[in-house]
Amino acid sequence: MLELDAVTAGYDQRAPVLRDITLSVAPGESVGLLGPSGCGKSTLARVAALLHRPDGGRVVIDGERAGGWRHRAPRAQRTAFGVVFQQPRLSADPRLRLADLVAEPLRANGRSGEVTDTVRELTERVGLGPELLGRRPHEVSDGQLQRACLARALVLRPRWLVCDEMTAMLDASTTAALVAVVEEYRRESGAGLLAVGHDRVLLERWCDRTVHWSELAA
Amino acid sequence: MSTSTAVSTSTPLPVLSVRGLSVRFRMRGEKYVRAVSDAHFDLAAGECLALVGESGCGKSVLASALLGLLPGNAETSGSALLGDLDLMTADEQTLARTVRGRRIGLVPQSPAAHLTPVRTVRSQLEETVRELTGVPKPRSRKAAEAAAARAAFPADHLDRHPHELSGGLAQRAATALALIGDAPLLLADEPTTGLDRDLVERTVDELKRHTGEFRALLMITHDLAAAERIADRIAVMYAGRIVEHTDARAFFGAPGPRHPYARGLLDALPEREFTPIPGMPPELGDLPTGCAFAPRCDRATAACDVLPRLDAGVACHHALEAQRA
Repeated sequence: MLELDAVTAGYDQRAPVLRDITLSVAPGESVGLLGPSGCGKSTLARVAALLHRPDGGRVVIDGERAGGWRHRAPRAQRTAFGVVFQQPRLSADPRLRLADLVAEPLRANGRSGEVTDTVRELTERVGLGPELLGRRPHEVSDGQLQRACLARALVLRPRWLVCDEMTAMLDASTTAALVAVVEEYRRESGAGLLAVGHDRVLLERWCDRTVHWSELAA
Repeated sequence: MSTSTAVSTSTPLPVLSVRGLSVRFRMRGEKYVRAVSDAHFDLAAGECLALVGESGCGKSVLASALLGLLPGNAETSGSALLGDLDLMTADEQTLARTVRGRRIGLVPQSPAAHLTPVRTVRSQLEETVRELTGVPKPRSRKAAEAAAARAAFPADHLDRHPHELSGGLAQRAATALALIGDAPLLLADEPTTGLDRDLVERTVDELKRHTGEFRALLMITHDLAAAERIADRIAVMYAGRIVEHTDARAFFGAPGPRHPYARGLLDALPEREFTPIPGMPPELGDLPTGCAFAPRCDRATAACDVLPRLDAGVACHHALEAQRA
């Protein structure tokens, strides 16, 4: 269970972006969080993925209270999450070739030995051919880079996935392809999903249930 | 600028007429990236053509070519007539002084990046008004306010800098700038990327409204819902080629798209099948000699080794439900 309990968060303690938000995702469940731009849904997604320290409330991951945020989060909790952001260009190190981009979480966790096999399997799954893996981000399209970012999010086999507007920059076919990869991974791993976005049609098609921001903030 | 005749019963002269337009980029080692191959289309006043396709299919290169904004290693062929001016052969001075902003208004992809970050919206509007319409300084303030109002940009936000605007307002500021020159052709390059659904609809509705009867709108987008909302005609681009060019109502309704790629693109929408087209688009630097879509196509046969020509609106040897009048 991923529980957000009365979370208050923002970038200035005097003016929080979101106040007293409670939301939970059951194991294996997919929840779509809908809201207009600027409502604070991305901030909530960052709190849920342990990337932003809330000013109040608590986050409980599989029964255990979050022990820290960003690099201070305990490794076991940090690696329980796979995160995909809206803009692949801003979330990919421009110096890394795509193969290294995908392998980075394995290396950072002292599992370099698994790189060859895991990267091959995952990149195939997201549809990246070997010739693309040798390229750097500026040499591929947004859609191709987002495929690599999704592979990177799955490489540690997380129990929880947080997708923040993962497909907002992408065309219809790439969107459908990436959602299919996420769903295939969830079927075999039983991972839970929090998908944040503004596209009602997409999230209703994709997720078990959708929650509108206005219901949470009420 | 275009000759707007009071009574015209026959088809009016197109605002833009693109014939055999190709763009390729010269790379190291005598290699070429063919970004646009042999594009043909006409665009009349009052008409909206949506050019749709996956990212990296060459759509934006086509827009840059029309504005003469291609990088130095680009080679073009074919023609793009804007009235009697061929944009492909026009020199930089002509393009800079008579075309950009005056005969083609550009609504940019990322308005926040298009606006000058260190100046207020008012100051940018005033400068554009003075440059494009020759209104002298004392009166440019009023004219700038009128230009803002035309794009529904709120007057009390005029003294803000671009970073103080929401995505929707930045979009309106950019649209206001694009409209100042009263250009007969509006070119919107991915005008809705990153906006939420309500804003997408408002933005394209406004573009449609500004097109009115006397302008033509070329909208380049990967957002099929936005295209469906306002386009009269749809051109689907794949790997640098227009593979289907048809009436928007027929495309989104019955009988639907006829090119397998276009059909696949529509079927990928979450409100339809939500199934992706298998595989990925080919590299524009390494295109096959035949149909570029054949490796991903379930209808492909040996015939697809020969490049299909655009015939009756579709470039495919196995077009769906071949309908002939």
